[in-house]
Amino acid sequence: MSQAVIVNEVYKRFGKPNGSWWQRPRKANPSTNGHKPQVVAVDRVSFSVRTGEIFGVLGPNGSGKSTLIRLIATLLLPDSGTIQVFGQDVVRQPMQVQRQINRVSVEASFFKKLSPMENLVYGARLYGLDGGETRRRVVEILTRLGLEKRVIYQPMEEMSRGMQQKVAIARALLSRPRLLLLDEPTTGLDPRSKREVQAVIRELNQEHGTTILLTTHDMLEADSLCDRIAIIDSGKIVALDTPQALKQSITSNSHEPTLEDVFLELTGKSLVKEDEAE
Amino acid sequence: MTTLAHEFRATYAFMERNANLVKRYWSWELVWMVYSIANSLSVSYIGLGMERLGGGQNVDGRFLVLYLMIGTLVWRYLSMIFYWITDVIGMERWEGTIEYTLMAPISRLTHMAGQTLFAVLYSLLFTGVILGVTVVLFEIDLRDANLAGGTLMMLAGSLSFIGVGIMGSVLPLLFPERGSQMTHVIIALLLLVSGVYYPVEVLPEILQKLARISPATYVLDGTRRALMEGTPSSQLWPYIWPTLIMGVLAIPFGLWVFGQAERYAKRTGKLHRNG
Repeated sequence: MSQAVIVNEVYKRFGKPNGSWWQRPRKANPSTNGHKPQVVAVDRVSFSVRTGEIFGVLGPNGSGKSTLIRLIATLLLPDSGTIQVFGQDVVRQPMQVQRQINRVSVEASFFKKLSPMENLVYGARLYGLDGGETRRRVVEILTRLGLEKRVIYQPMEEMSRGMQQKVAIARALLSRPRLLLLDEPTTGLDPRSKREVQAVIRELNQEHGTTILLTTHDMLEADSLCDRIAIIDSGKIVALDTPQALKQSITSNSHEPTLEDVFLELTGKSLVKEDEAE
Repeated sequence: MTTLAHEFRATYAFMERNANLVKRYWSWELVWMVYSIANSLSVSYIGLGMERLGGGQNVDGRFLVLYLMIGTLVWRYLSMIFYWITDVIGMERWEGTIEYTLMAPISRLTHMAGQTLFAVLYSLLFTGVILGVTVVLFEIDLRDANLAGGTLMMLAGSLSFIGVGIMGSVLPLLFPERGSQMTHVIIALLLLVSGVYYPVEVLPEILQKLARISPATYVLDGTRRALMEGTPSSQLWPYIWPTLIMGVLAIPFGLWVFGQAERYAKRTGKLHRNG
């Protein structure tokens, strides 16, 4: 089977080792030595995603999941290592990569004064799609995701976060990407909406062969959707296998091991720390 | 679809989006229009004020009104182009959509072409309305003015302001909180040296040297010739060519500067504010 994504020894660090030149004369903060602390977000990570696969990335907040997604999405440049998407390098051939991907992030970013229709037609035209055809598909996709037709023409600022997230999913679907990067796409959605989105993800994968890279904090979602899962902690991959194999890799005396047990054992952390930002 | 057709469609996407933003923020646009008209009138009335203060001797109030009015109109037009380019990047940064725009498979030239085409068209329309109101209120006779020449001068000047605008948009790209406000310094310096409300000859020598490299200086001189003296368009060439050369240099340089800033932002993780 061909590879959709090949991540090879990718390393990404934020902050400067000695601070910027204008920060150096400042009085030293004992905890940070006078400058912003360096953070290694992705630490020599390697893995590959097969074409047509749903590949999950699990990890606590701040573990490097979103950074990894941004690196693949050409929104960040790796300090070292390489990433290939369908054989094309994200740094050297970003435009070729961008034509084949789309992304849904945890926060729905839109021009909030504009309606979903206005936002989505704008987004679709950037991918070369025709306005008329896009308008038809916007209605089709959004109603499929459970949005009422009338809200499609109202400013997005009047919509709930969950509804905005559905519009974000629709934006990614419109361009029919070969690789869909989903960064916690169901966070903030009610259980019904969550199921609707999960059904769309499954359909995209099974009927259109879309390769999907998914990060989530929902262990049941990961278990039911993903063909393989990588668990990442402090920027390093600590396990990578099928959900079944991951569950079999640990022992539990009281009950059948769940993915959550695997996660807690491997990362030693709770699933979500509210005050941490990734 | 050919690459060219794709790029044209993407260019239109930016124009349509900006038109939608104007539509959705219509009340703000109305407020801005009233402010701009009031501002132009206030400055233009200085001409009549000077006539009164000078006791009518050696001061031609009508000449001053026209001189100042052209200054306010040209400046409103050029600064509007600049601000449309920088403000929308600021807005994209604020809303978080910048990641999606920079992730789209389009060249930066296409991105900026869409932004700037809209800015030029909208600014022309906006300036036209202000001109209409000012002319009616001051009963200015423009029968001998070369209006086409004035428009030509402003269009020629647009190019360099597009370039400066693209360079200025780096500030909101890198500094979402204060970047948009930081762009005011660029416009303020150009306003100081370009002779918007006074001849550049009154400036100290060092500022006069800066006036020579400001495209607005030539646009203002040329537009005043066209509107105040009715100079034919063919004789405006000495004012047009410097602005065209500055535009031809400023746009690619602006794109290069933006490209460097984009790369820096992608290297340091400055494109997103959270998550």
